[in-house]
Amino acid sequence: MGFVYKTEEFNKVLEALERKYRIFAPVLKVGEGRFRDTDVIRYDYISRIEDAELEERSDFSFKEILIPLSETMFYFTENEIKEADYDARPVIVLMRSCDIQGNGPNNDWFYERLRDRVKFALIGCGKACPNSFCVDMGSNKTDEYAFSIDVVDGKVYCDVKDDELFAAFEGAGGLKDNVEPRFVTEAEFKVTRPEEVPIELFKDPMWDEYTKRCVNCGRCNFVCPTCTCFTIQDVFYTDNGRVGERRRVNASCMVDGYTDVAGGLVMRKTNGERMRFKVLHKVYDFRKRFGYDMCVGCGRCDTVCPEYISFANCINKLNARVKEVTENV
Amino acid sequence: MCNCGKNEYTPVPSKLQDIIKHTAQEWTFRFTYVGDVKPGQFFQISIPKVGECPISVSGIGPDYVDLTLRAVGKVTDYLFDNFKAGDSLFLRGPYGNGFDVHEFEGGELIIVVGGTAVSPVRGVVQYLCETESAKDVHMIAGFKDPGEIMFKADLKDWAEKIDLTLTVDGAPEGYEGKVGLVTKYIPDIPIRDISKCKAIVVGPPPMIKFSMIELVKRGLSEDNVWISDSRRMSCGIGKCGHCRINDKYVCIDGPVFKFSEHKTLID
Repeated sequence: MGFVYKTEEFNKVLEALERKYRIFAPVLKVGEGRFRDTDVIRYDYISRIEDAELEERSDFSFKEILIPLSETMFYFTENEIKEADYDARPVIVLMRSCDIQGNGPNNDWFYERLRDRVKFALIGCGKACPNSFCVDMGSNKTDEYAFSIDVVDGKVYCDVKDDELFAAFEGAGGLKDNVEPRFVTEAEFKVTRPEEVPIELFKDPMWDEYTKRCVNCGRCNFVCPTCTCFTIQDVFYTDNGRVGERRRVNASCMVDGYTDVAGGLVMRKTNGERMRFKVLHKVYDFRKRFGYDMCVGCGRCDTVCPEYISFANCINKLNARVKEVTENV
Repeated sequence: MCNCGKNEYTPVPSKLQDIIKHTAQEWTFRFTYVGDVKPGQFFQISIPKVGECPISVSGIGPDYVDLTLRAVGKVTDYLFDNFKAGDSLFLRGPYGNGFDVHEFEGGELIIVVGGTAVSPVRGVVQYLCETESAKDVHMIAGFKDPGEIMFKADLKDWAEKIDLTLTVDGAPEGYEGKVGLVTKYIPDIPIRDISKCKAIVVGPPPMIKFSMIELVKRGLSEDNVWISDSRRMSCGIGKCGHCRINDKYVCIDGPVFKFSEHKTLID
């Protein structure tokens, strides 16, 4: 069932939803970017639709609502271990099709307890995002949303699928109409993924380029909606050594330390090896195990990279190399 | 509250029954544990406020598991400095696939191990020692020097039941045992039918590499070789990502792999 609202009417929908849910949405943070006088689009809680940034893609993904950058798992007090509490209040997250598709099943205890309280709402896409290649990754369309939002010419178009939320939409005075969320059918980049990657490609000189260019800052991992690796870290409070906590903190396979083992062995030393590990996971290894590709083609990693490394270009280069290698056999 | 089932990250209290000191750097800690466990599986030793580390099971008893470790990291150093028999700390596990001991019964078997790598295969050898296959087990155990030899009582016991070659990489003058890398002794292992012979090779990566060269020279099939691998890990249950190689996770698909599969995994 669809509705068309004026902005003020839609804010009444949000008001009704807020009685039970918090609304987590991309927000333009003016002047809070990495450099002076730059902005950033990050997720935050909103009450009014005007506060959400629905035109441009967020720089950071929604993922912190499900996998916080740093999450306390346990508290330790003398000999007692206590599972950390969490904020169990339900949340509605506004996200684009690609981000919704970035959520697969994950039977992880801490993930599930957060996932249980979250509903996904779809932000329709009126245009392709910079550096995106979502269409070729098959993530440009989805029907897995509680409701959709498209703001066009000052009007808010919603397609509501979740019966639990229906009352909030019906009581706000919008016009009932058939509403279809907007999806892009052409992204900024086209990519072709290789079906199979022969084992020789793992040691191919094509990765050397990234040893030269990449500075292993790990920003690609931190903005990625599908990167979920973590490192478990213990801390204790210095004023009382008997009390502390165990946290899990987002980890990056590009950053030093990811593969270091006690005794000094490092499994992937060069940035080229790390790039290969990451890229093949996103467009090959994960698929081999789980049946679908991990990368959703949102393009955030390209946009954030300080060395202008393009993930889309890398996939295409990989595909070309695979062709070369297999045709020359 | 969420119905997420058991929180696998929760460490469980375990009392230290005993500490067996092999060398200054390598001790076996006997942890109280009752439950299913196989040789080659591993536990996360968990010391609240310090951290966790994955250690393979070196011995299995009715109410305990032995974890043999080398003091080389934050958790292991802390363990060596702060705990004695009777103290309580925490464990979670067992994790990983482990060795299927029955796989190696009833045929010829070569075992090549180096240093602390005796741990994951100790349970396999102990099992085979009590079977008719014992006489067909050919084990080469290598250590850096005579002072680094571990599991001395086991080695003595096994020498009577299986064909054991104990060697050290180097030794001071006057040492009476065998000297030389494990690879030196592979050509001389008496094998009746190499095509059916199986092997377990566990140790540092260079040892595995050069042992495999020698074993393949003898005609052993790579499909008949099992190795045990190790990586950095945080979770032990296939979530944190650190131990992944290609589409495999060492913590849940390993740490025991067939060599023919493992050689297609590239870090």
